[in-house]
Amino acid sequence: MSQTVNVEDYKGVFVFAQQTDNRINGVALELLGKARELAKDLDTDVTAVLVGSDVKGLANKLAAYGADKIIVVDDRELKEYKTEPYTHALASVIDEFKPEIVLVGATAIGRDLGPTVSARVKTGLTADCTQLDIGDFPLAALKGREQKHNQLLMTRPAFGGNTIATIACPDNRPQMATVRPGVMQKIEKIADPKAEIIEFDPGFEKNDKYVEILNIVKSVSDTVDIMDAKILVSGGRGVGGPENFHLLEELAAALGAEVSCSRAVVDAGWKPKDLQVGQTGKTVRPNVYFAVGISGAIQHVAGMEEADIIIAINKDETAPIFDVADYGIVGDYSKIVPMLTEKLKIAAAAEA
Amino acid sequence: MRVYVCVKQVPDTSGKVAVNEDGTLNRASMLTIINPDDLSAMEAALALKDVTGCQVTAVTMGPPPAKKMLQELIAMGADDAVLISGREFGGSDTYATSQIIAGALQHLGVGAEDVIFCGRQAIDGDTAQVGPQISEHLGIPVISYAEELKIEGESVVVHRQYEDRYHVVKAKMPCLITALAELNEPRYMTPGGIFDAYDAEIVTYSRAELIDVADEDLGLKGSPTKIAKASDKVRKGSGETVNLDPDASVAYIFGKLTEKHVI
Repeated sequence: MSQTVNVEDYKGVFVFAQQTDNRINGVALELLGKARELAKDLDTDVTAVLVGSDVKGLANKLAAYGADKIIVVDDRELKEYKTEPYTHALASVIDEFKPEIVLVGATAIGRDLGPTVSARVKTGLTADCTQLDIGDFPLAALKGREQKHNQLLMTRPAFGGNTIATIACPDNRPQMATVRPGVMQKIEKIADPKAEIIEFDPGFEKNDKYVEILNIVKSVSDTVDIMDAKILVSGGRGVGGPENFHLLEELAAALGAEVSCSRAVVDAGWKPKDLQVGQTGKTVRPNVYFAVGISGAIQHVAGMEEADIIIAINKDETAPIFDVADYGIVGDYSKIVPMLTEKLKIAAAAEA
Repeated sequence: MRVYVCVKQVPDTSGKVAVNEDGTLNRASMLTIINPDDLSAMEAALALKDVTGCQVTAVTMGPPPAKKMLQELIAMGADDAVLISGREFGGSDTYATSQIIAGALQHLGVGAEDVIFCGRQAIDGDTAQVGPQISEHLGIPVISYAEELKIEGESVVVHRQYEDRYHVVKAKMPCLITALAELNEPRYMTPGGIFDAYDAEIVTYSRAELIDVADEDLGLKGSPTKIAKASDKVRKGSGETVNLDPDASVAYIFGKLTEKHVI
């Protein structure tokens, strides 16, 4: 493809600061944290791109989590996410401000916006990255081939988590990546942040690519976000049926934990999808992850292996979950879990 | 009205995965399947055909053996199929792939009443990028993550899924829609369809058939992203596994939770 004419003209690390209902999405803050590390390596600064309607008030929060500059694109057309006006907004910001790196959360919005923006500005996009570094491409100096420095090296799982690949975008700018929520760490909130705010209006003219939103239906859910949980008690097909999940819920209650599950449990209709951990569910990194009756398919492991401590209980001693568990217990969960719950309750009562 | 369905033949990553000594995936030893989300895209197209009698055309980019997958899609109910194949397409990333498929769709002719379906994502790359990128190259609207769909006059009305909500979105045709598994339950091949599939002509497109695509947009050289390194996933490795009676198991877990200051 035609290469970006002057790669050197592109400077700065940009983060798409996703908001819905005028609330900043957590992944945007996580990306700002990572952007600061990348910007330090590149000796440049971090810019948040805030797109929406009446969103200027959110700029301070972005500054508090590490943005040096905030570009605000504010228009009534941007009240709800629609592919075309948002693509126009972010692509116009890229054309005008020429960032060398653009990071987008791999959310249901970002995985739509990233591809259309990258195609419009004619650059590469790497999806669902789990690691971002600055380095050389090619990694090793090869005779007769130019080695480029200060490249964004984007690492991601592929083939259902069976392999990992590190990808670069050496000849085009910006270098774009989407990053899964829960993977990067936000910084400690800065108490008295100072950031430059730049208002930018690319102009919005309706065309055939504009869709119409007829209705918005929010799911009523009283469940907490499993991505925020410090301890998760997660059940798989081996739990045996929806009627047995109360055993896990009772253990969770005794530990101050939340309950999550594997894909098999969601597919069987035992639990809702927002509790699913794994490649097609959520990525979690709690302090403790109990895998109860979960065999440990690679797609599941991809979503929980960053947990600090993994405790697996499974009847099948050959289950692959034991390959990633810190502590594996071969045995019948339906006996072990209620006894553990009881022991925890007694210990808590003794302390109180 | 004509409906195009973009499909991909993928290695079955849900089963046993074979890895070469250098850490890359041994594709030759693995079974290939039709990408699951693409089957939902095909079903969505066939459901429209059931109602409107429209022509359904399956389109794939891949090596010649992918013809077999296209025959299966004809056996499911597609009217015809196009295989886009050529050595110069090898090594394409999502940007180049979407250019190539868009070039083939332009050759087929995307009319004012047409709809293009893609699966949300393929299980080998899991990027979900090619569908939206095709729409961008064609200059038509895209609705990703469709979990429900109907046609209303000259528009498509889709339930577009987000994490905590869905939008009911109306787009004018032509448009591109990416299908979630939740959209439907794909039908099976029919005996009559299997019979038809033997006679069906599967057209092969090469570089020459692609419209509005430059040579420099194809394959490795048309791909802005380059692989720096690919390797087998390095796991942190297993800890300790114990096989004790329930009492001792509970004491073991309790001990670890205490030792690690969890409780």
